Amino acid sequence: MASASPIDPAFLDKDGNPLFHLAHEPHHPEGSSTMLGFWMYLMSDCLIFACLFATYAVLGGNYAAGPGPKDLFDLPLVALNTAMLLFSSITYGFAMLAMEKNRVAATQGWLAITGLFGLAFLSIEMYEFAHLVHEGATPMRSGFLSAFFTLVGTHGLHVTFGCIWLVTLMVQVARHGLIPANQRRLMCLSMFWHFLDVIWIGVFTFVYLMGMLR
Amino acid sequence: MSDAAHPKPGHDHPDAHAGAHGTMGSYMIGFGLSVILTAIPFWLVMTGFFANPQTTAIIIMAFAVVQIVVHMIYFLHMNTRSEGGWSMMALIFTLVLVVITLSGSTWVMYHLNHNMMPTMSHDMSQMP
Amino acid sequence: MSPSPASENSGIWKLIFGRLDWSSLPLHEPIVVGTFLMVMLGGLVVVAGITKYKLWGMLWNDWFTTVDHKRIGIMYMILGLIMFVRGFADAVMMRLQQAMAFNGSEGYLNAHHYDQIFTAHGVIMIFFVAMPMITGIMNYIVPLQIGARDVSFPFLNNFSFWMTTAGAVIVMMSLFVGEFARTGWLAYPPLSGIAYSPGVGVDYYIWGLQIAGIGTLLSGVNLIATIVKMRAPGMNMMKLPVFTWTSLCANVLIVAAFPVLTAVLALLSLDRYVGTAFFTNDMGGNPMMYVNLIWIWGHPEVYILILPLFGVFSEVTATFSNKRLFGYSSMVYATIVIALLSYLVWLHHFFTMGSGASVNSFFGITTMVISIPTGAKLFNWLFTMYRGRIRFDLPMMWTVAFMLTFTVGGMTGVLLAVPPADFVLHNSLFLIAHFHNVIIGGVLFGLFAAINYWWPKAFGFTLDTKWGKRSFWLWVVGFWFAFMPLYILGLMGVTRRMRVFDDPSLQIWFQIAAFGALMIAAGIACMFVQFAVSIINREKLRDTTGDPWNGRTLEWATSSPPPDYNFAFTPVIHDNDAWADMKKRGYQRPLSGYEAIHMPSNTGTGIIIAGLSIAFSVGMIWYMWWLAGLSFVGILAVAIGHTFNYKRDFYIPKDVVERTEGERTALLAAKG
Repeated sequence: MASASPIDPAFLDKDGNPLFHLAHEPHHPEGSSTMLGFWMYLMSDCLIFACLFATYAVLGGNYAAGPGPKDLFDLPLVALNTAMLLFSSITYGFAMLAMEKNRVAATQGWLAITGLFGLAFLSIEMYEFAHLVHEGATPMRSGFLSAFFTLVGTHGLHVTFGCIWLVTLMVQVARHGLIPANQRRLMCLSMFWHFLDVIWIGVFTFVYLMGMLR
Repeated sequence: MSDAAHPKPGHDHPDAHAGAHGTMGSYMIGFGLSVILTAIPFWLVMTGFFANPQTTAIIIMAFAVVQIVVHMIYFLHMNTRSEGGWSMMALIFTLVLVVITLSGSTWVMYHLNHNMMPTMSHDMSQMP
Repeated sequence: MSPSPASENSGIWKLIFGRLDWSSLPLHEPIVVGTFLMVMLGGLVVVAGITKYKLWGMLWNDWFTTVDHKRIGIMYMILGLIMFVRGFADAVMMRLQQAMAFNGSEGYLNAHHYDQIFTAHGVIMIFFVAMPMITGIMNYIVPLQIGARDVSFPFLNNFSFWMTTAGAVIVMMSLFVGEFARTGWLAYPPLSGIAYSPGVGVDYYIWGLQIAGIGTLLSGVNLIATIVKMRAPGMNMMKLPVFTWTSLCANVLIVAAFPVLTAVLALLSLDRYVGTAFFTNDMGGNPMMYVNLIWIWGHPEVYILILPLFGVFSEVTATFSNKRLFGYSSMVYATIVIALLSYLVWLHHFFTMGSGASVNSFFGITTMVISIPTGAKLFNWLFTMYRGRIRFDLPMMWTVAFMLTFTVGGMTGVLLAVPPADFVLHNSLFLIAHFHNVIIGGVLFGLFAAINYWWPKAFGFTLDTKWGKRSFWLWVVGFWFAFMPLYILGLMGVTRRMRVFDDPSLQIWFQIAAFGALMIAAGIACMFVQFAVSIINREKLRDTTGDPWNGRTLEWATSSPPPDYNFAFTPVIHDNDAWADMKKRGYQRPLSGYEAIHMPSNTGTGIIIAGLSIAFSVGMIWYMWWLAGLSFVGILAVAIGHTFNYKRDFYIPKDVVERTEGERTALLAAKG
């Protein structure tokens, strides 16, 4: 039991004795953990949304004698909104392709277009919310509306932060170009942006479409 | 997915190991698929294609699942190799927890409502 | 909170100070005023001392802005110890109150104060004692055990620490300005809703936990990335030291569980601030949903606390038995199974809410199943000790005390996992005794083992044994005196959180428990004396080898305290007891060939954002909307500004490494 485990031949010196340290510092590329770390943050964010979805699933039928989804939702508007988000996804993809080819102007251009689609999405969502509130369907009206506004609003809040982040990155790319640090940041935002897309699939299916079926 | 067209070795990018990026082709495939996978559910619900809402619900849920997978592959570039498989493992673990949270909560709360508020559980929507 | 006459109708006052006015200060509570004066006096002495000896610059440059995982780990431990004193003061106050309040006596605490105390005790002990201390230990030890220079995201580490501290500051503030929650440590609605808790107490609770929660979550992400990406060459997953394995699982649980807490507290805040109807009794809300969600976080949290300590016990048992740990891989798999199962048991915290037989039996069975991997671990430790040459130094003593105590606590837990039994014991003192039995017997004893075990690594001298043993015996015996009566009382049907009692026959049990609490107090005092005596006698207790216990894992391979860069050369690992393996194969420390070492540089951004977060929370708690708005914008601005700084690293020059290593060579040679 006490016998030592066999040694990986890669870690023997030229006389066949085990190495206990590297003679030279291995090259750790800067930020080599960043993508994994950011992915884990996204996973934790995913669980926040899971809780909001669960809350919507439990409270979504409690209209408190108030309006229900069929009275409130406007599917063409939701479809338009979904289109905005989908377009922003593909334009972000184009930005990443431009980044790979190291084309600063094209990257910036596609990023700007992505940001505009993001803003369009947010504007449509704000319009929808304002319309609901105007009709008396406020978040305070019922458990269903509280859960609805919070779930959809949290997604919107994420998109808002994504837009702020996007502008910040555009400034940084303008200043320093597509240096590795900036490329890494753009890739993080790319993950964030596409992640919000995935969440939105859940939102439009589970909240809007299924709501209309109830 | 796109690695054939986009070989990893020789790619001097600092994050080459992070699952690489897509290509124009893969992005367009992903986009096309997601447009289709979005449009059909909307169309099903807006036209009331199936008379039975339950059928529609099951079908659009299936579409959502497929679309999520499409986004994961074509936009988030998920595969079993990136980050030595840790990204995929984190994703699977998270999905398990999401399923536990969603199904567990609804299961628990459904039974709570059923047992503790038997008169209400029939139509909570009308309660003030 | 009724406005005082002076501020009544004063619109401008309300605009600036929100709902804060003179009546918010608890001047009518002599105990609080006395505490306030003592804290102020103590604070003044400390500040004066730091100023007199001109330590501010050193504190700021070497500690507050540091990104060194070792220093951050030590700061976490200091935070935990300070908060421990506060949390324990709450405990003693409760024990005295309950021992006194019989035969018509009201005790010495009014209901308003008493209810805050039991809430604060729970919140502080879990979030600001146990969490910082385990994070501190993990921060210090994990990078050393895997042969890394620092964690993956050093700035984030500093930021996490300061966010945790900011949460602690917010909770402490509630003692002197306003009030704390009177809802119990999980703040169940509708009691914690705005209708029944209109004051600032619950808001202090919410923001304290939200701010600290951000820190906890980020430090979880950080440590996972560190363990996954920064391991020394040769260290595959099945060569990870057990402590690192259990830390990995605990951090996975942190990243997976804390978002749930964040979400559920956010929903509660919306109910309180916006008037939504999530957890209300009317308008289609459902308070049970809060209980459901918060326990989805709450149960994994229990395992977040205990898993790293299971790792500590594994390291200590192997080291002090002079043997390889028995059943390494079963230990690893048991840890993973416990981590997964911890997500499938949350309902056992509310069996009595009425989900019915099917749901209750599912969660009862999953709960009982958890005892199997836990039992496997205990047997592994016992088999490690079997035929070992056991040295009963302090860490090992705490470990043995843990095995005895924790097993009893675990078995009462299995009793509670039986739903019909739980219907009798729910919310009784039996439950209180059970979870203190596992948390004190497991988490605290583990922390004490860890402190005694790794103190020499962190400071270069061992801890005094005489005072350590005094502390040990007072703690262990005091624990049994304090909590066995609660088991008995619980079986008699006494519920938790009671302030006065009618039945005089119960008093003797509460008096015994109070006696136990006083013994524990003496044990804590001995522990601080132990620290003081050891620091005074540090030359006598000095360890120059860096390996005072004949350790087995990599942290013992470097000097004590380790240099900033941890290891002069990146170690290569061939065995899961890497250092024991190196010693056995006659490893010779290299004396030349040093290179410059790449390190992250310090930054003040973490402490600044944390300070702004406190301001933001104060604004939200007291309805000073301008302050909340301004500080939120400030947080965004500082965070974005930080990303514009691209120069975040530096090199420790070759000659500094040479000099540091040369000093160690001389020390080792002098030792002989």
